[in-house]
Amino acid sequence: MEVSWALLANAVIAGLLLGGFYAAMSVGISISFGMLDVVNIAHPAFIILGSYIAYIVNDRFGFDPIVVSVTVSPLFFLLGMALYRIYYLCFERRGQESLRGLAFFFGILFITEVALVLVFGVDYRMVNTRYGDVTWRAGEVDFPMRLVVPFLVSMVMVIGVQLFLTHTFFGRAVLAVAQDQLALRLMGVNPVRVKELAFAISIATAGVAGAFLIVIQPVQPAIGREFIGLVFAVCVLGGMGSIWGTLLGAFVLGLAESFTSTFFGPSWAPAVSFGLLLATLAFRPSGLLGR
Amino acid sequence: MSNKAFAAVTLAVALALAAVTQLIPNEYFFTAAYTVLLFVILATAWNILGGYTGYVNFGSAAFFAIGAYTTVFFYNAFKAPLLVEIVAGTLVAGLAGLGLGYLTLRLRGVFFAIASLALAVVLYIFIVNWDYVGGARGAYVLQPREIPFGMPRYIHLIYSVQLLMAAFALVVARAIEKSTLGRGLAAIRDDELAAECSGVPTLRLKIFSTMASCALMGMAGTTFPYYLSYIEPSSAFSLSYAVNSIAMPLIGGMMSWMGPLIGAVLLGSVQQLVQVTVSSAWNLLIVGVLLVFFVTLAPNGIMGWVDAWRRRKAK
Repeated sequence: MEVSWALLANAVIAGLLLGGFYAAMSVGISISFGMLDVVNIAHPAFIILGSYIAYIVNDRFGFDPIVVSVTVSPLFFLLGMALYRIYYLCFERRGQESLRGLAFFFGILFITEVALVLVFGVDYRMVNTRYGDVTWRAGEVDFPMRLVVPFLVSMVMVIGVQLFLTHTFFGRAVLAVAQDQLALRLMGVNPVRVKELAFAISIATAGVAGAFLIVIQPVQPAIGREFIGLVFAVCVLGGMGSIWGTLLGAFVLGLAESFTSTFFGPSWAPAVSFGLLLATLAFRPSGLLGR
Repeated sequence: MSNKAFAAVTLAVALALAAVTQLIPNEYFFTAAYTVLLFVILATAWNILGGYTGYVNFGSAAFFAIGAYTTVFFYNAFKAPLLVEIVAGTLVAGLAGLGLGYLTLRLRGVFFAIASLALAVVLYIFIVNWDYVGGARGAYVLQPREIPFGMPRYIHLIYSVQLLMAAFALVVARAIEKSTLGRGLAAIRDDELAAECSGVPTLRLKIFSTMASCALMGMAGTTFPYYLSYIEPSSAFSLSYAVNSIAMPLIGGMMSWMGPLIGAVLLGSVQQLVQVTVSSAWNLLIVGVLLVFFVTLAPNGIMGWVDAWRRRKAK
């Protein structure tokens, strides 16, 4: 096959734009799994929930899905707090998080998916936005606005999370929890409270990422599962608990998927993230930027 | 009870239940019973790794599908008899488990869990793109015309085979549980570091139990293509297998071979009823809700209640 420069450039741009979106989906996992050690495999379920909320409001009132998602993110924050409370009381406190905690989140994932199927059916849903059909062209390279807008907002969100973690008192407390919980307790800080708020933030980012998702592609309840591998792949690939690592991992994955679908066909693209995850776990479990 | 005695009793029960095929004319009963037995095998197999060793496998559907698609492959390639397909499917699934375990069991348990989920998706995409076994369209596997042992219908044979395999799975699970090996696995579950320090060969034991568990899951899948005469990837890789094989041991109780059996028979029968009377989406919702309910409020499952009741009576 003759590989033209235009094809290659388009694949790179699409991969980078996609990568930015993946970073938004995975930043929550980097917080919950990477820093708090809470293996929230239900994370994609909250992304899909965010998509559906954006869809309902967009469908009824025509508001922009991303604006909607930022507006309702306090609700996701509260949901995250409640979920962590349950998780802490039932599993973490009793030291049962490894097996039963995992099964718990798996159950939550499954219930959310089935409940959405029961309410909305298995049809694909999509939103109407002003920029949805607009494509900006530079020479032969396409910049579809439905990818560019989520990319820009997610960059703001991911960098915002990073600045929050490194430059505020509370953010540093979260990083401290990731390092040594006992030491935190000795300083008179309650690690459970810190983890509760940090977990709530991670769920809030999932809700916003859900709006990006439905702007980029049509959504149905079962696609959440495909993102489990993706978000964990990004988190592990970049290095656990490092936001910059997550960003890097997301770009690597976005590029890998974009190249796979350009050169081998789109039906193979979902296998890339999982393949990359398996390979990372096998050969470099500490990730690209891991210690 | 010794392993041999237990095996004899289980075999006798299985043969007695298989003899029922001569008594009940209703075919639907066997169709439903087949599914329940399938879940008995999956739950028992999952529990070898999940309950005894404490490692969560989210990829039950993947190993189940490996068994099913091995059958499809052998059917397409050689028109192989069922027995050959069962052995082949079990071996291939066991090898896949070995590979997955070898790659990820050195890391923290949660990585194994995530990798098992990843494996399910990778295999799904692989099968969808592999035309020889039907690809996304699915494949037909015709039930043989002649049915051995004077059984009236092919479903009766499939049901009886599934019964024997369920008995086999239970015998294996119980043998592992009661052996030195089982005690090693329990040590890993309770405190892996302490086990390693006391000289338990943790990695080898973990890989062994993964392999045994995955092989049995594959075995459960080998008869599945014959069950409907047709198989397609999204039904073979259905998430409901993964959820059920976790929910059933958790609901029944994970500490002994009896827990998954009780969980699978209860939950499997309830699902068959709900599927007929309400709808299949509701039946999945029920499984999910029960899973979350038991894991938060009754972490030791039904067997946990039984034990607590016995202890209270003993006082």
